[in-house]
Amino acid sequence: MSEILLDFNNVTMQFGGVTALSEVTLQISRGEILGLIGPNGAGKTTCFNVMTGVYAPTIGSVTFNGQSLAGLKRFEITKAGIARTFQNIRLFSEMTAVENVMVGADARKKSSVGGAILRTPRQRREENESRERSMELLKFMGIADRAHNAARNLPYGYQRRLEIARALATEPQLLCLDEPAAGFNPAEKQELNELILKIRAQGYTVLLIEHDMNVVMKVSDRVAVLDFGKKIADGLPDQVRSNPDVIAAYLGVDDNAS
Amino acid sequence: MPDWLIIRTFWDLTVTGLALGSIYALVALGYTLVYGVLRLINFAHSEIFMVGTFGSLLASSQFLNIPLLEDGNYPYRAGMTLIFFLVVILIIAMVFSGISAVLLERVAYRPLRGNGDSIGAVALAFLTAFIVSLIFIDDTQVNVIISLVLTAPIAYSYLRIFKRGRKAPRLAFLISAIGASTAIAEAVGVWGTHGRDQYQTARILEKKTVFNLFGTDVRIDYVIVIVGALLMMTALTLFVNKTRLGRGVRAVAQDAETSRILGVNVDMIIIVTFALGGVMAGGAAMLFTLVYDQTRFNIGFILGVKSFTAAVLGGIGNLKGALLGGLVLGLVENYGSAIFGGQWKDVIAFTVLLVVLMFRPTGLLGESLGKARV
Repeated sequence: MSEILLDFNNVTMQFGGVTALSEVTLQISRGEILGLIGPNGAGKTTCFNVMTGVYAPTIGSVTFNGQSLAGLKRFEITKAGIARTFQNIRLFSEMTAVENVMVGADARKKSSVGGAILRTPRQRREENESRERSMELLKFMGIADRAHNAARNLPYGYQRRLEIARALATEPQLLCLDEPAAGFNPAEKQELNELILKIRAQGYTVLLIEHDMNVVMKVSDRVAVLDFGKKIADGLPDQVRSNPDVIAAYLGVDDNAS
Repeated sequence: MPDWLIIRTFWDLTVTGLALGSIYALVALGYTLVYGVLRLINFAHSEIFMVGTFGSLLASSQFLNIPLLEDGNYPYRAGMTLIFFLVVILIIAMVFSGISAVLLERVAYRPLRGNGDSIGAVALAFLTAFIVSLIFIDDTQVNVIISLVLTAPIAYSYLRIFKRGRKAPRLAFLISAIGASTAIAEAVGVWGTHGRDQYQTARILEKKTVFNLFGTDVRIDYVIVIVGALLMMTALTLFVNKTRLGRGVRAVAQDAETSRILGVNVDMIIIVTFALGGVMAGGAAMLFTLVYDQTRFNIGFILGVKSFTAAVLGGIGNLKGALLGGLVLGLVENYGSAIFGGQWKDVIAFTVLLVVLMFRPTGLLGESLGKARV
């Protein structure tokens, strides 16, 4: 068993009388790609929000790298090493692509207010490092050709990849992708699959929330399934695919719906 | 050509209008920066400017020990001494305004964001104790001692309230802003050595004519004001566009929540924003005293309203808009009062604002820092 990076221990999340998550226990090991799936309203996004510190769980605990996330501010969670992207793209649309990534890279910089005003050598060096690293990330994501365009002028596929680049710039240990394939055509989904595998090859751990079974089943090492706030399955993609509960809860519903 | 006042004095009006407009523009930057980042009209910003004028006053009268008159003449300085004195006064005015802007944020706004901390709690506790003790005892020194004793327990209970993390409704911020504004001005009016009267500031700059513009003599102080304001604004623009903290300011202005998730310390950025606005207001205050050689406890009020108008005119949240709005307002006021008479000055300024807003609700240049937010 490899090292556990994120430990979701018996987490229950209630909003008023509504239970969004019920006794969910989930571990993510360092270096794996975990797919998290479930029908709409199953609690995937809540799960995600608890992980990234948007909500504190009603019961249970979340530990990351052995450290409890309770009481940490959002930016501290980012500094601890969790990054995320959004289902609905949330870029800084008036900034250029490279500036967007630099905001993420800045999370690791330390130069002071005074340094920024006086433009000390250290501040200048950090600024150059940020810019170089951000350009590298844009290249890695294959979107460096539009680095100096305002984010709002980028094509949709570029915007999605820019979000991932920006999240990677915060130097996370765990990268959480919230439906990164939304709105992609099959060819783009294929590219995304390759990209996710490439990201993992760089040593990142990836949590993938996705509707598209093709993407999840192809790239995930392990798949967890949520339904009505409960975890109903957790295992290798093939095991999960043939699990009768999962078929009933998720795949079955999906088939009937279409 | 008819012998109209506006034609006879056109270039004079232009120069003084641009100088006044530069001061409006510098103060407008404070409104615009805070609005861009917090969507809050910081009405107490006018008092940050006023504090800056008192910073200039203290700098020249206390720190530099310049008398108002030397042997019946103005205490003119020249050459390097003059430059050194002006820079010292400028820096002290900026420090006064910058620090008071940051304190204002800590005390009047941050607790309302559901995010109060111990510094804000201690300051608020001291103020509370002080105000309450004023009701019973009429001796400032005794009041201060009592307040100091009571600060700790009150601060403790404030901290417990802050811990609940409740965010106040938008209107509460506005009320807090107006309250802080009145409190700062009145405090200076009550405890200042001259109370509610005018203070003269030492005139160390001999206001000589430096050049002639189409028959109008242009004085050195106007030139310093216009050039100084432009330099400060350029520095600010560079800071916002080229540095890590500036990038943080822009990121938070566009989407605070996403910035937070990307590791931006939003509270830190808010402090930087207030400090930047305060420093610009301090610069404006020093330039103001250079031209007018005076200040008063309520000097910020009208100037603040005008600067706010300038910010809205140019497009609030937009740095270039603040500059344009300030200059346009300064010029329009001057030309207008030459045509209709000085008593119409403010009417003209606000009429222009109304007309511009009818056709361009987001101001001349539109919102910029936070344009992206839906």
